[in-house]
Amino acid sequence: MTPARETPLTKNMRADGDAPDLKAYEASGGYQAARKALRMAPAEIADIVKQSNLRGRGGAGFPTGAKWSFVPMGKDAPHPKYLVCNADEMEPGTFKDRLLLEGDPHQLIEGMIVAALAIEADIAYIFLRGEYALSAQRLEKAIHAAYSCHFLGKNIFGSGRNLELFLHLSAGRYMCGEETGLLNALEGKRANPRSKPPYPQVSGLWGKPTIVQNVETLCNVHHIVANGAEWFKGLSFTKSGGTKLYGASGKVKRPGLWELPMGTPMREILEEHAGGMCDGVKFRGVLPGGASTDFLTEQHLDVALDFDEVQKVGSRLGTGTMIVLDDQTCPVGMCWNLEQFFAQESCGWCTPCWSGLRFAARILKAMEDGQGKDGDIEKLEYQSWFCAPGNTFCALAPGAVEPLQSGIKYFREDFERHIREKRCPWR
Amino acid sequence: MLSAEEQREILAEMAHYPDKKSVCIDAMKIVQRHRGWVSDENLCDLAEFLEMSLDDLDGVATFYNLIYRKPVGRHVILLCDSVSCWIMGYERIREELRGKLAVQPGETTLDSRFTFLPIVCLGACDHAPVMMVDSDLHRDLTPQNLEGILDKYK
Repeated sequence: MTPARETPLTKNMRADGDAPDLKAYEASGGYQAARKALRMAPAEIADIVKQSNLRGRGGAGFPTGAKWSFVPMGKDAPHPKYLVCNADEMEPGTFKDRLLLEGDPHQLIEGMIVAALAIEADIAYIFLRGEYALSAQRLEKAIHAAYSCHFLGKNIFGSGRNLELFLHLSAGRYMCGEETGLLNALEGKRANPRSKPPYPQVSGLWGKPTIVQNVETLCNVHHIVANGAEWFKGLSFTKSGGTKLYGASGKVKRPGLWELPMGTPMREILEEHAGGMCDGVKFRGVLPGGASTDFLTEQHLDVALDFDEVQKVGSRLGTGTMIVLDDQTCPVGMCWNLEQFFAQESCGWCTPCWSGLRFAARILKAMEDGQGKDGDIEKLEYQSWFCAPGNTFCALAPGAVEPLQSGIKYFREDFERHIREKRCPWR
Repeated sequence: MLSAEEQREILAEMAHYPDKKSVCIDAMKIVQRHRGWVSDENLCDLAEFLEMSLDDLDGVATFYNLIYRKPVGRHVILLCDSVSCWIMGYERIREELRGKLAVQPGETTLDSRFTFLPIVCLGACDHAPVMMVDSDLHRDLTPQNLEGILDKYK
């Protein structure tokens, strides 16, 4: 029925969970795209990526080619220029980058080499969350092997070009995943966000041009250069190119990750790949792309999981890893867990975030404890507005209130019941 | 005083950055790896070594979840309390750990064997509930399999 689908990101993943070493990676065609990219002009690489419609896989979905186009190029450009891989995977419910980091670290390194060539970066960092110990171990080994073969360092592949690549192990804080917060963290500071402009492409790490990209985004780059923009677009069911690592967690029969064409319908993933709901529980809703996306419900199951399509039904593709809400789980409790997380992880830099999220979490906790009052739902709605885009310094608070505002929209009756019955009906 | 070994490791990391100050997070993690946690005295030594103010450095130290400014036990348990683990019943695991260790989250057992800390999403949501003990990830936790896991850490 369905033709055999290509899965470039996971094709080297081994059944035993071990990572292919450099030799095995090269045997499957690895590092050929890097060699090809070295024969190309930076603008040519950037152009193919732009044509491919690759969009950032970290959550925001910004077109990668467009992001690179702001980097100053040519002999007058400031140096060193930096490329940073955002491997600070801390969005609750998101576990896709872990697979790429643990399962095929050389793929990421090759993607980074090609991306670095496109923007003429001299130094690259992988900003890895501190808890990913196995990823760190495998990346260190892979980076060391790549240096030993002169794929990194001075005169890479005998080309005369240089690229240093360092692994930075973070000390843990969700804010580090925010692009400019990450830059501050790499500079050894608190991960508060920076005001924009200037944008990192012009003035990023230590004031130099910097590009920050998510792991999955970078893992696509060399495949695009190797196979072309049309090939990449052809992998997708929709306008935005490529495959996507989709995931599902919660009470589904087979929680997991699957590399599927961008735009695969949500129903196919939840019912076929995840095997449907566990016995005895019913589907009620889903956060389609991690904790900071709006709930979708039964009526949206046929949506194509693609940046534009999910937006049309009022949520975001985000990281593409779904968190499923079932009928045995309290939606108010789930919102409380989410808002508690965001309140705790807020850096405290701007008022709506540190004050609004804490206030919202406190109300939700009171409702769960049977101390909800009339007017609480309206207060939560006000906090959602208070934390909306435009009122805050970065995207943390606007993202944080997405599940809250949509939770109230779709499960209002449950919120009301908590107040009316002075208890959580699920406990 | 920073040990010669600590200084050597910090200097090696420093080569990855254009200035001294930028290495401070790595430096605190290095000290912590050797000593278990970062004391006031360690922080003073580090501030001097990195030529930055003590307040700046403490501001950074207290910002990050994995830098410990209090002594911890021989093993640190990080139990995920984020959404997927919450849905999959992390609260039962938390209660079981509380009972078994006779401590509240945030505390260290009397014999200094374990420090029990909550942590945000560990990115293993398809195997929720999960926790880490030191640098090992333990997945698909149940109240029944906890005992066997804890036994491995003396």
